[in-house]
Order: sequence, then C-alpha cells, then structure tokens
Amino acid sequence: MSNATTAPANGEIVFYEVDEHAHPEGHSTALGFWIYLMSDCLIFAMLFATFGVLGGNYAAGPAPKDLFDLELVALNTAMLLFSSITYGFAMLAMEKGKIAQVQVWLGITGLFGLAFLCIELYEFHHMIHVGATPQRSAFLSAFFTLVGTHGLHVTFGLIWLVTMMVQVGYRGLIPANRRRLMCLSMFWHFLDVIWIGVFTFVYLMGMLR
Amino acid sequence: MAASYPVETSFLFGRLTLDALPLNEPIVVATFAVVAMGGLAVFGGLTYFRLWGYLWREWFTSVDHKKIGIMYMVLGIVMLLRGFADAIMMRLQQALAFNGSEGYLNAHHYDQIFTAHGVIMIFFVAMPLVTGLMNYVVPLQIGARDVSFPFLNNFSFWMTTGGAILVMMSLFIGEFAKTGWLAYPPLSGIGYSPDPGVDYYIWALQIAGVGTTLSGVNLICTIIKMRAPGMSLMKMPVFTWTSLCTNVLIVATFPVLTAVLVLLSLDRYLGMNFFTNDFGGSPMLYVNLIWIWGHPEVYILILPAFGVFSEVASTFSGKRLFGYTSMVYATVVITILSYLVWLHHFFTMGSGASVNSFFGITTMIISIPTGAKIFNWLFTMYKGRIKFELPMMYTVAFMITFVIGGMTGVMLAIPPADFVLHNSLFLIAHFHNVIIGGVVFGMFAGIAYWWPKAFGFKLDPFWGKMSFWFWVLGFYFAFMPLYVLGFMGVTRRMRVFDDPSWHIWFLIAGFGAFLILLGIVSFLVQIGVSILKREQLRDETGDPWHGRTLEWATSSPPPAYNFAFTPVIHQIDAWWDMKKRGYVRPLEGYKSIHMPRNTGAGVILAACSVALGFALVWYMWWLAALSFVALVAVAIIHTFNYNRDYDIPAEEVAQTEMERTRLLAGQVTP
Repeated sequence: MSNATTAPANGEIVFYEVDEHAHPEGHSTALGFWIYLMSDCLIFAMLFATFGVLGGNYAAGPAPKDLFDLELVALNTAMLLFSSITYGFAMLAMEKGKIAQVQVWLGITGLFGLAFLCIELYEFHHMIHVGATPQRSAFLSAFFTLVGTHGLHVTFGLIWLVTMMVQVGYRGLIPANRRRLMCLSMFWHFLDVIWIGVFTFVYLMGMLR
Repeated sequence: MAASYPVETSFLFGRLTLDALPLNEPIVVATFAVVAMGGLAVFGGLTYFRLWGYLWREWFTSVDHKKIGIMYMVLGIVMLLRGFADAIMMRLQQALAFNGSEGYLNAHHYDQIFTAHGVIMIFFVAMPLVTGLMNYVVPLQIGARDVSFPFLNNFSFWMTTGGAILVMMSLFIGEFAKTGWLAYPPLSGIGYSPDPGVDYYIWALQIAGVGTTLSGVNLICTIIKMRAPGMSLMKMPVFTWTSLCTNVLIVATFPVLTAVLVLLSLDRYLGMNFFTNDFGGSPMLYVNLIWIWGHPEVYILILPAFGVFSEVASTFSGKRLFGYTSMVYATVVITILSYLVWLHHFFTMGSGASVNSFFGITTMIISIPTGAKIFNWLFTMYKGRIKFELPMMYTVAFMITFVIGGMTGVMLAIPPADFVLHNSLFLIAHFHNVIIGGVVFGMFAGIAYWWPKAFGFKLDPFWGKMSFWFWVLGFYFAFMPLYVLGFMGVTRRMRVFDDPSWHIWFLIAGFGAFLILLGIVSFLVQIGVSILKREQLRDETGDPWHGRTLEWATSSPPPAYNFAFTPVIHQIDAWWDMKKRGYVRPLEGYKSIHMPRNTGAGVILAACSVALGFALVWYMWWLAALSFVALVAVAIIHTFNYNRDYDIPAEEVAQTEMERTRLLAGQVTP
C-alpha cells in the first residue's frame, strides 16, 4: 500500500490514490454504535428530567419512602453489576479466541440479567398490588416509565445476547461476530451506567425526599 | 359532523368500524376518488410495463446512497403536493369565511387540515428533501464510495416513508389530529382528543423518527470516517460541514421527540399522568420538552440550505467562498446556540422576567453568526463573474427574503413584543418567511444545482425561471399580508372572521397561494420538459457548472462506485485545485471494487412498523403483537445474513471508465 497522501519523492502532486483504497468492513461500526448509544442516552436524559420535574408530585398518593425497599434494590443493583463483570470475562475469552468460554460467560451474564429483570418485575408487581400504579400520580408515572424503559432495554439486551450466543456457535469468532460482541458489550455496560443513575437519583435520593 | 368512535372494541378490528371512513365529508371522498384513480393509474402502468421487478431490484432494495437520496427527494416532492393542497384549502377557507359566511370547511375538517399541513411540511417534505440532498451529495463531496452503513440508510429511508404512509392513511381511514402540529396536551390527551387522530400523529412521527435518527448516525459516521485522504475537517466542502452539524443536531434532538411522544402515548394508552391536569401532571413540561427538540429542528432544516447556498454562491461567482473559516465557525455556533433558545416559543408561559430575558438574548445572539454568513455570501459575489443560472437566482432571492424573516424573528425574540405577537399571524408570516425563503428556496437551488449530476442533463431553464418567479412573488403576496394581519391582532388557526376590514388581506394572501400553486406546477412541468428535452440538455463532462468540489470530478450520473480511484485532497476546493493544477485521470490499473449488496430487509422492517403503527392507532392488539414479533424476528433473521458484499470486477470498472474517457475526449475544453 503506497502512501499516496503525501507527494512522492519526485515532487509531483498526486491527485488519485492508485492503489485500492478499501475501508475495512465495519471500520466505523464502533463509532456509529457509540453515537447511537448517546442518542439512547438522551432518551434516558429526558426521562430523568421528567422524573426530576414530576418526581415530587405524589398527588396525595404514596411517596418513595412508602414504596421503596432499598435492600431489594441493592440486591438488584448487584445482579446488574455482576452481569457487567461477567460480560467482561466473555470479552476476555473472546480475545483469547475461546468460543466455548465466550458462550459460558455470555450465558452467566444472561442469567444475571434475567435475575435483575425478575426482581424488578417483582418490585413492580408489589407496588401495583399495594395501589401504587403508574396511573396513581405523576411521580409514579415517571418512576415506572424511567425504570421500565431501563428494564425494556435489558430485555432487548437479553434477546440480543441469546442471538449472539447462537451466532457465535454458528459462525465462531469471526470479525463480524467480534464486532457485534463489542457493540453488545458497550450496550450492556451503558445500561449499567444508566442503572447507577437510576439507583442514585430515583431510589437513594427518593428516600431522602 | 365528526365521526364518533365507540369505546367498546371488537377483537378483530379494535375500534375500527365502517363509521371511521369519512363518507360524510364530500371533499375527502372526492380527494379519495382522485388519489385512488391516480394510484390505480400508476399501479396499472407499472404493472403493464412490468416495472415492479425493476423498481424492487434497482431502487427499493438499493443500498446505493445516490438512489436512496433520489428516493428521498421523490418522497419529499410527492408529499409537498399533499402539504400544499392543505395550504391552499386553508387559504381558500380564510378568504371565503367573511361577512357571515362559514366558508366551505367545517371546523372538524379545518382543524385536521392545519395540523396535517404543519406535520407534513416539516416531517415529510422538508426532512426528506434535506436528508435526500445530504445522502446524495455528501459521500460524493468527500470522495467516498457510499455511506458508513449502507443497509441502515435504506432502512432509514423506508421508515421515513412508513411514517408518511401512516399520515396519508389517516386521510381516508379515520382522521388526523386536530391539535396543531405539535399536539400540545391537555388538548392532545385522551380526554379532549379521544379520536385516533393524535394516535396517527404519534405513530407516524415515531416511525419516521427512527429513520431520521439512524440516518443522522449514519451520516455523522460517514463524514467522520470516510473522507478521502488529505481532506482534513477544515478542508471539507461547506455543504458537508453544514450536513455534519445538521446530523449532530438530529442525533442530539430526535431522541427528545421520541421520548416526549412516548410519554404522551403512555398518557393516552395507559392513563398515566405526565401531561394531564390532575394527579400531578404538567402540560407545560410537554411544551418545554417538545420545543427542546423543535427549535433545533428548524436549524436541522436551514443548515443544509445554508450549505447549498454556499456551494452555489461560490460556483456561480467563479470564486472561492469568502470567509470559509468564519462560515464553518458560524455553522458550529448556530448548532450550539440552537439548544439555548427553546423557551422563546412560549414566553407567555410566565417563566418570569429573568428567564424570558435569558432566552430572548440567546435568540438575538443567533442572528450574529447568521448575519456573518449573509455577509460572506455577499462578499463571495463581490467582484465575482456572477452567472445568473437558476440556483444563483434562488440564492439571491433567499438572501433578500431571509433577511426580512430574520429581522421579524428578532422582533419576536423581544419578550414584551412577543406578548403582543404570540400565536398571531405575524408569527405565521415569520416562520414561513424563513422556511420558504430559506429551506424551500435552498432545496430548489440544490435540486437545480445537482440535478445534472444525478441524471446527466440540466433542468430546463425557462420553466425553472417560471417556477422561480411564481414562487418568489407568490411568497410575498401570500405572507406579507399575514404580517399586517398579525399587527391587527388576528390569531392563527382561525376558521371564520367577523371583522370585514381584514378581508382584503386574506384575499391577497389567497392570490399569493395561487401564485405558489403555479410555481409548483411550473416546477413539475420543468422536470417533465427537461426529461423530454434531455438530449439537448445533456452534459457529458460531469462538470456542467465548472464546479469546485469533488462531486463534479466524476461522471454524471456517477457510477455505482462513485470514484474508480479515490481522490487525494490538497486544498479546500479540491476539484478546482485538481483542474487548475492539471490533474491526470488514471486510465489503467483498475482494481475490483468492494460494494454492499442490495437487500429487501429495510422494506420488510418498515412494512412491519407501519402495520404496528396502524394496529396501535386502532387498538387492534393482536395485529400489534403480531407485527411487533415479526419486526423483531425479521431484524434477527437479517443479522444471520453475513454475506452482504460483492465485488465489482476490475473489467467492469475499466469498461465504465473507458466510456467516460470516450465522452470526455469528445468535449471541447473551455
């Protein structure tokens, strides 16, 4: 591959790159996915802002102190944080090219994710059961929507994760699959970061209100 | 009379019944008859000439940015006809509804028309035209062979089209929103708008919004990652710069629209309380959030138009653009400032003097970089050899018109003045002044400028000039009276009037709308005539205007791969530099070229989305579930296709390039 960008030794200016100038496949996927994540982040930003504005409007209904069980939420947070660590192990296995290990770690990640979702659904169920429905007040509308949107993202992450396990089994760790695993990794850690925000902003600060 | 929608729903059809068909509205029935006949004629023609296979293979499934760009433009022009039909109906109604006359439109119909006009013109005319131009031009300007994610590009286009289809369906099945184009709650809440109109609005915008956001991601990546060697950011053509800023704005604002519409739909579908009057909801939160999207949106539309004018001004003045660096900085400053002004849309909300002053001042500050741009264009023309071809005429008309619109904008930015002018026809005149004078003129300039690149022949100048004069005069006749009426205190969205002294102004405005109609007809005639006379208008050089940027370096229309050899850039006006320094086109050594393969997945995914939207509008839960599962399944199945590329063999490239060499050899060099 010649370096056609700079003038060659004889001083003649080059206007065309005569060698094939191929962009390797997927060369901008990481950047593209990152930008997409930022747009997703903005959706969460709006939901956080909405919660910030409406989070105190209980409409004479239940308040965070009446509803939140911090120990349960701490357990839930642990599930998600562990899933991020295990996803990291999956990526390490990918770097070593060990297909079976990748799948095992992906599977464990998925189980942690599933546990997170189950605990969240249990929490929602409990709240609705005691009358704290999303319709009850603007605070609860904002709460269920923010936390639920995060949960929905985790659900899609799980579907994607299972798809990746199948595809890694089917095609191995080819560059396309490595790229996809990398994107899912960004997505998964991104959801973790969002959850830290939810945990702090909604649950911890809610208890202080 | 409004059709009433039963609260009880059937399993199969949800709340859709035969009553939803607007059979009691003769105007809609007649429109339907015309559209149906037109549609049948097109369908029959395509079938008769066996064009479906061709369209499917060469266009609908194409991942070529050039074809997708052209499809966006077609979508925008088709929807322009619908949006303009709404406009002229409103003008006619307002011209008639005086002296006790009710006009010819009932309130139920009229309210849908002004809502549909706004929604269609912004989302399905201006956005496709802007996105189409960027899609077509940007990869060529940066010397790339396609965008970063070609399939995503196709998918984005079809999602935008899907949204447009849903809006069009609302005309004949049920009704559209009667809320105004931003659907403020509580009016758009389920209590005051139980009809499916607002639901059509929500799902059309959500589906189109997915397409817009993803196309924004795609073009940012393309511009960041795929520039030809040597093209540093400060050597990019100005249109590419404005496209970059526009797409940054798209990615940074459309998610806000998505989020706020989700919240509105949760209020409507699940009875939540974000924007309701009771249970702690806050309608003003909606107004804030939607304008955080809405204000940058107007810059999303105008920045590419600024880019077009920059290219046109420098090409047709035969000079390098004056103040390239300041132009770039002005664009970036506008991009940032566009986030800090949203509250000027509702000074009357009562945020208090300090908040209103902040937003008033930030709004006025935007006029500084915009003014700098106007001076840059003027100095570009100064002492240039100006050729008044159609794109240049639009540029001059833009500069005059836009300055007027900008000044009335600064007037509106003064909070005390805004308290008088808020929601009056003065505001309507102002934003049409900048959108028609800026975006529409920009798009017409862009179409006339790049048409020869896309099709290999110029547009007919006579009909172009007819269109130009009808549009420009029509604009002034249609909207200057609205400024006057605004000062007289006439508010927007009125159906009947009782003060006869206003009548004359509405008649003048109606006449202006009629002139614009002639402008649109002339534009269509221009395209038709140009296709018929294409042999006389043919350009074989690929560079009919003596252009300055890289898109003119390749043939017209460009081959699928755009450039056989990637150009190397040394200066801002790369192609001008190449011509000036006697570049030599390499005539041998062609390599095979790696290109993405066509796929129908985008069409299928968008079709599933339209079905999902329709099902949600009508509460057909089974169809909603089915189409949603189908959507996810198709997306997953698509990811199992790893075979997405092919190679254009070197022989084919050589053959295409030899044909170009032959055409170039036949030219007399100027």
